[in-house]
Amino acid sequence: MIPLWMYLLVAAAMFCIGVYGVLSRRNAVAILMSVELMLSAVNINLIAFWRYTAPSDMAGQVFTSFVFVIAAAEAAVGLAIIISIYRSRRSVAVEDVNLLKG
Amino acid sequence: MDFSALLNDPNFLPWLIPVGPLLAFVIISLLTNRSRMTPATSAAYGGHHPDYEGMLVPIVTDRSRIASIIVGMSGVLAAWAIAYRVVFDALGIADFGRSVFTSAVTWMDTGALTFKMGVLVDPLTVIMLIMVPLAVTMIFIYSIGYMAHDPRQSRFFSLISLFAGAMLILVVADNLLLLFVGWEIMGLCSYLLIGFWFEKRSAYNAAIKAFTTTRIADVIMLLGIAYLYFATGTLSFREIMYDPMPTHDSAAAVAGEHDEGVAVAEGDHSETVVAVEGEAVEGEAIAVAAENEGDHSEGAVAGAEGEYAAEGEHVHTWAIELAETPAIFFGGISAAGVIGIFLVIGTIGKSAQFPLHVWLPDAMEGPTPVSAMIHAAAMVSAGVYAIIRMYPLFEAGGHPHDGDLTSPLMLMAVVGSVTALFAATIAVAQNDVKKVLAYSTISQLGFMMAALGIGGFIAAAFHLITHAFFKALLCMAAGAVIHGMEHGEHHVHAHGHGHGALPAGAVGALPANVGGGAVDPLYDAIPDHGHGAGHGDGGHGANAHDEQPGVSSHAHEVGDEQGHGFDPQDMMNMGGLRRTMPVTFITFLIGGLSLAGLPLITAGFWSKDEILAEAWLGTTKGFGPHALVLVCLSVAAFLTAFYTMRQLGLTFWGENRTEEAAHANLGRGVVSATMTLPLIILSFFAITAGFVGVLPDFPILGGIFSPEGAPFGEFIGRTLVEEPPHLDFNIIPVAISFIVALGGLLVGYLMYWRRPLTAGQRDPLMAILGDSIHTTLRNKYYFDELYIAVFVRPSQWFAKNVAYEFLDKGVIDGFLHLIARLFNFVGDLIKMLNLWLIDGVGDGIPEMIGRLGKWFRGAQTGRIQQYMLLVLVAALVIGVIFALSSGVLQAAP
Repeated sequence: MIPLWMYLLVAAAMFCIGVYGVLSRRNAVAILMSVELMLSAVNINLIAFWRYTAPSDMAGQVFTSFVFVIAAAEAAVGLAIIISIYRSRRSVAVEDVNLLKG
Repeated sequence: MDFSALLNDPNFLPWLIPVGPLLAFVIISLLTNRSRMTPATSAAYGGHHPDYEGMLVPIVTDRSRIASIIVGMSGVLAAWAIAYRVVFDALGIADFGRSVFTSAVTWMDTGALTFKMGVLVDPLTVIMLIMVPLAVTMIFIYSIGYMAHDPRQSRFFSLISLFAGAMLILVVADNLLLLFVGWEIMGLCSYLLIGFWFEKRSAYNAAIKAFTTTRIADVIMLLGIAYLYFATGTLSFREIMYDPMPTHDSAAAVAGEHDEGVAVAEGDHSETVVAVEGEAVEGEAIAVAAENEGDHSEGAVAGAEGEYAAEGEHVHTWAIELAETPAIFFGGISAAGVIGIFLVIGTIGKSAQFPLHVWLPDAMEGPTPVSAMIHAAAMVSAGVYAIIRMYPLFEAGGHPHDGDLTSPLMLMAVVGSVTALFAATIAVAQNDVKKVLAYSTISQLGFMMAALGIGGFIAAAFHLITHAFFKALLCMAAGAVIHGMEHGEHHVHAHGHGHGALPAGAVGALPANVGGGAVDPLYDAIPDHGHGAGHGDGGHGANAHDEQPGVSSHAHEVGDEQGHGFDPQDMMNMGGLRRTMPVTFITFLIGGLSLAGLPLITAGFWSKDEILAEAWLGTTKGFGPHALVLVCLSVAAFLTAFYTMRQLGLTFWGENRTEEAAHANLGRGVVSATMTLPLIILSFFAITAGFVGVLPDFPILGGIFSPEGAPFGEFIGRTLVEEPPHLDFNIIPVAISFIVALGGLLVGYLMYWRRPLTAGQRDPLMAILGDSIHTTLRNKYYFDELYIAVFVRPSQWFAKNVAYEFLDKGVIDGFLHLIARLFNFVGDLIKMLNLWLIDGVGDGIPEMIGRLGKWFRGAQTGRIQQYMLLVLVAALVIGVIFALSSGVLQAAP
């Protein structure tokens, strides 16, 4: 059987890729996608720990379902914001969205 | 209280005498003194004030004029009516003087002493109440015409009402303080009225001079009053000079200083003192006094004054007590002597006696009715009246009739006789018609003072009354002459020359020139300040004229000169006025002859004769002061007759010396009527007032006028406790009177009437006296110049250099500047502290915050990814710390 650390390694890799994407991509859509990646990495962690440590109760799966729901909502709202930004500014590059700059 | 009973009570009525004029003063000042604004150049303002050109000045409205005249006249007539009511009540009482009309109210209750203010009508007051309201009423009537077109007529009536009211207060006062109140109000009124035409520099200078000069004397008089009150605890005339003194122990309580005087007296009265000890002193005073008389004669025998014992019936008044008390200073003089000298100095100022006489001639700058008021009815009379009123105090301790003069009497005798002679010599060389009268007033007041000095109480009072009548007459007649001359001046300017272009300065001619038409009644009403430039330099106008005797004749040829040089008061410009002003001439003649003392028929003769008789009586007994008075007064009387004749001759006799004089008249109508009526009435009194004082044993006339003793002397003598001795007729003083009066008149007649001066001719007096003496006399012995050099200049120097430069600018300003510097310095310090510390902290805090914010702003890039990075780093750091601290890493294999 595949040991737990391999899952964790994949999840960590995915998370790091997601973090890198969030921090480095200029395109807001890509950032959003990276966030999804990070969320997916967390989901892998959650499922992996559930399966290897406490398969008897449902907590891991429930958590993962919650994360899916939230991720869907986040993607919906995030995309709506991005579309709205694009409409007004004709760009989805995050460095253009700097109205909050001090 | 029954009001009508009060009005019939002669004790109460004197209170009301001054009320009328005072009320008139208030009403006119507050209600009827309404003015409208008029350009200063308008004829209604006199048109003589070039300084005020283009300016609006207030001119009293016609309605206010009439209202003021009515109010003023009613006030003075009310005073007259009440005064005469009191006078007739008094004359009806046989022994008036022993009993008097008096009432008093408590004015000031100071615990130990009660000061009472009240009125007193005794024979002396009665005499004054006959004269003052009469003269004042005449002056008021005259003022109606004289001031008819003055821009400030209401103001004039208000002030002159106050003047009259003050004189009446002074006359009815029963104590020295109330007398002093009236005295000072008169000082104020004289100041305001002499400076009435304050547009003229000379007028306001004269006002200041009069006020300052009399003030000097008044301060000294006030010292005398204060000393008197300090010594006796009362200022009431009757209490000091008529009633017997309260017992000595109370006196000692009042004036603790009288150790020596009281020590002697207490021994004498020890029994009496015991008798009344512990009882109310006032109530017992009369009873005690009866015993006192007996006691005192013993005491006097024991003391130095042996005479009292011989007389026996002497009432021991406060005055006599004071005469026996040594003064607290000036060793050797009695308290009465010091008080007396102080009071006499007050009178010297008020009545313009020798060293302080300088204000009176200048006071002629005021309107003529004011001159009459000052010279006759009030002011200078008040000075002599105060002496007569306080006479027993001056006399106390001496017997002038026995050649024993006290120091105040000696002072009066010397000052009076010197003044009489000195002023008379000045008067002979004056050319200003009013100045002559001013010096004659000074001279006549000198007669009164001299008479008082040698004990001529009755003679002085008599001369005071007769002088008031004829001097009021003369002043007003001179005013009429001036008025007439101005009328003539306007006439000449309107008709005579018709010079169209006057020089800018020819202000004298303005209204008439502009009118250019026929003479109308307005002209005779433009008062004598209508020639502002004519004698703008005051007293020097006449002098300038004298130095060029020919100027008046030139004036005819050089028309333009007239506006500048013509002086309507200069007698050299007059002559021949008898033709155009006959009424004024006759009345002036009567007044003048009365002043000169024309024997037998004029009032002046009788009163002067009585003074000379007093002096003669003393001289025959070999008393020096009496002889001095006799000589000085005889010469002065001669000069009086002479200068009167000169004045009359120059003014009325001969031919007109100028064209103005030819046209001089009073015009017709109300103005001339109101101006001549008082002259006629007063000339009646100027003759008849003397007949009340004819000595009973005077040949023929004595039998006619005073078969039972001279009414005046008998009446007024009862003012005093001891009636003054009655003079016996003596042919020598009468002969002297005849000789000096007739001699003076004759010399004057020969010099000025027989060959009247023609235009441009020199005064014949100059040839007789020589130029230097005449110049000295004309310049009044250079007294003004002397006073300017001795008093005015040094005080100006002192004011400028010491008071202003040193004290004010140096010390006071320096001190203030020092304080200012000091505080400036302290202020600078505090300012620096403020800037450095408070501002530093206050500004520093926000600056730091701002800077911090600016620095911190850098973190806020607006780049979401940066934020995320930071969050990640933070999370990692926290994670590492957490891991290290919780031992997770150690636990891992």
